[in-house]
Amino acid sequence: MAKRIDVSGLTAYYSAHKAIEDISMTVEPRSVTAFIGPSGCGKSTLLRTLNRMHEVTPGGRVEGKVLLDDENLYSSSVDPVTVRRTVGMVFQRPNPFPTMSIFDNVAAGLRLNGRYKKSELNDVVEKSLKGANLWNEVKDRLNKPGSGLSGGQQQRLCIARAIAVEPQVLLMDEPCSALDPISTLAIEDLIGELKERFTIVIVTHNMQQAARVSDRTAFFNLSAVGQPGRLIELDETSRIFSNPSVQATEDYISGRFG
Amino acid sequence: MAISTETSPAPPAPRKRVKQSTGRAGDKVFLGLSRGSGILLLVLMASIAAFLTYRSVLAISKDDTNFLTTFNWDPAAAKPTFGIAVLLFGTVVSSVIAMAIAVPVAVGIALFISHYAPRRLAAPLAYVVDLLAAVPSIIYGIWGALFLVPYLEGTNLWLDQYLGWTYIFDKTEVGVARSIFTVGVLLAIMILPIITSVSREVFLQVPRINEEAALALGATRWEVIRLSVLPFGRSGVISASMLGLGRALGETMAVATVLSPSFLISGHVLDAGGGTFAQNIAAKFDEANPLGRDALIASGLVLFILTLLVNGAARMIIARRKEYSGANA
Ligand SMILES: Nc1ncnc2c1ncn2[C@@H]1O[C@H](COP(=O)(O)OP(=O)(O)OP(=O)(O)O)[C@@H](O)[C@H]1O
Ligand SMILES: [Mg+2]
Repeated sequence: MAKRIDVSGLTAYYSAHKAIEDISMTVEPRSVTAFIGPSGCGKSTLLRTLNRMHEVTPGGRVEGKVLLDDENLYSSSVDPVTVRRTVGMVFQRPNPFPTMSIFDNVAAGLRLNGRYKKSELNDVVEKSLKGANLWNEVKDRLNKPGSGLSGGQQQRLCIARAIAVEPQVLLMDEPCSALDPISTLAIEDLIGELKERFTIVIVTHNMQQAARVSDRTAFFNLSAVGQPGRLIELDETSRIFSNPSVQATEDYISGRFG
Repeated sequence: MAISTETSPAPPAPRKRVKQSTGRAGDKVFLGLSRGSGILLLVLMASIAAFLTYRSVLAISKDDTNFLTTFNWDPAAAKPTFGIAVLLFGTVVSSVIAMAIAVPVAVGIALFISHYAPRRLAAPLAYVVDLLAAVPSIIYGIWGALFLVPYLEGTNLWLDQYLGWTYIFDKTEVGVARSIFTVGVLLAIMILPIITSVSREVFLQVPRINEEAALALGATRWEVIRLSVLPFGRSGVISASMLGLGRALGETMAVATVLSPSFLISGHVLDAGGGTFAQNIAAKFDEANPLGRDALIASGLVLFILTLLVNGAARMIIARRKEYSGANA
């Protein structure tokens, strides 16, 4: 179920602006890979190329390959809609469907995929909410709107929604940046549990978070503002934080940056 | 952190005071203005209602028959009789037909412009729609009388043939139909641009993050619309429809040009005859005697109340699911 991601020679543009250039890397299945780097270096852009969300942005364009196991996501025969059903995404700001109940939010992805019996939906919704550590807090109000939850609960609801369709990969773009420390901790614990089943990529600005949750860390940088971002190094998280092989990584991590 | 806590509570004292006082003066002016215009609006509404009611009572007290159920309009007769039954029926039915046609089409066009059309096409289309929304209704009226009425003949026959069994679409007479149905179609065309234009604006306001939520789940374009765009735009579309309905209820000249009025209520909407409040007022006001004018004003009061009721109902629909509106998202 969890799949390996192989990125090779990936360059992404916003119209004429080249945001990331020539990125090649491998993301191991059933592991957490963290993307770190200064603002504007293209972490979100790269993340969004992994489920073909980048091309949704007007002017968004991609060159290069992204292999999910052995299938190139960018080959002409692949439907981006199918890709997004396989590669789930959690956004920086919690974005439950505001008009839908908690139950319907979690069931939304399943309902897109086909017809399910009510009992099947019940099971999946319960399992996903439990998987997102939200079940106990919402089990008595599944029919209340998702937008009535706290920010941290909403973010866990979004995670439940994403995992309900059993994706192979889960992409998270700064999932805790809008949350308080306790909610953050809850989500970090959750990521630790989810990696048993999914391949997880997480973008974070929080070094401690990267160190806490990830197995491998990729550091990105850009030579100057307006220049495309590049992958500087990707290694075991423990190595990146103790003994990185590139000076720029060490400077960034120890805060001696720019 | 440390820097901000140090600087923010201790700005130079005099400057702070100056800044506050101008802020307060601005607030006061604004408060006065907004309160004043609010009161003015209420007073205006109340005096319109009072005027209409006063003149209506004058008229109705001189008429022995029931104002609400009489199928006749003859306030100049020795024994004046008039009633709004036909007008109410015609107004409601033509507006329902207009809304039933215009709202789905308008939402479709608005979605096409906002979410389907390539950008190069969307901009000029949006411009054209906004332009059409600004065209005075008399232009549509003339167009309707000259082109729509003859061309609707075929549509009427078709409806009669296939939907005649519904009674509503049973056409019992031959010839060009200057009917309530024709009025409804014409009204639909007239209110289409305004509903489209406002709906398009609303659909463009859907936050990107809401649409991306659906996209990231693997939603197709239509599914994004169903999951994110329509729920978000719902109250806006209702408001847009109310704008359109307001125009339809009050439309005068266009209706007067295409309808051949009569004081009959017929469930056969394809047959000629019937009337609407606005059309009846426009047609009769000039030659009416003082009692006739008061009678027309009484019918205007009913239109006024009808409009208030419809708007109230729309507000209730919007408010009923407010907790789901996303305002607290
Ligand atoms: N919608 C867009 N249109 C045009 N340029 C964009 C757009 N989004 C991002 N960019 C540009 O692409 C580059 C990479 O942006 P990206 O958002 O991927 O950076 P990031 O590493 O995620 O930054 P942050 O840490 O602040 O989130 C930046 O130069 C940015 O200005
Ligand atoms: Mg980002």
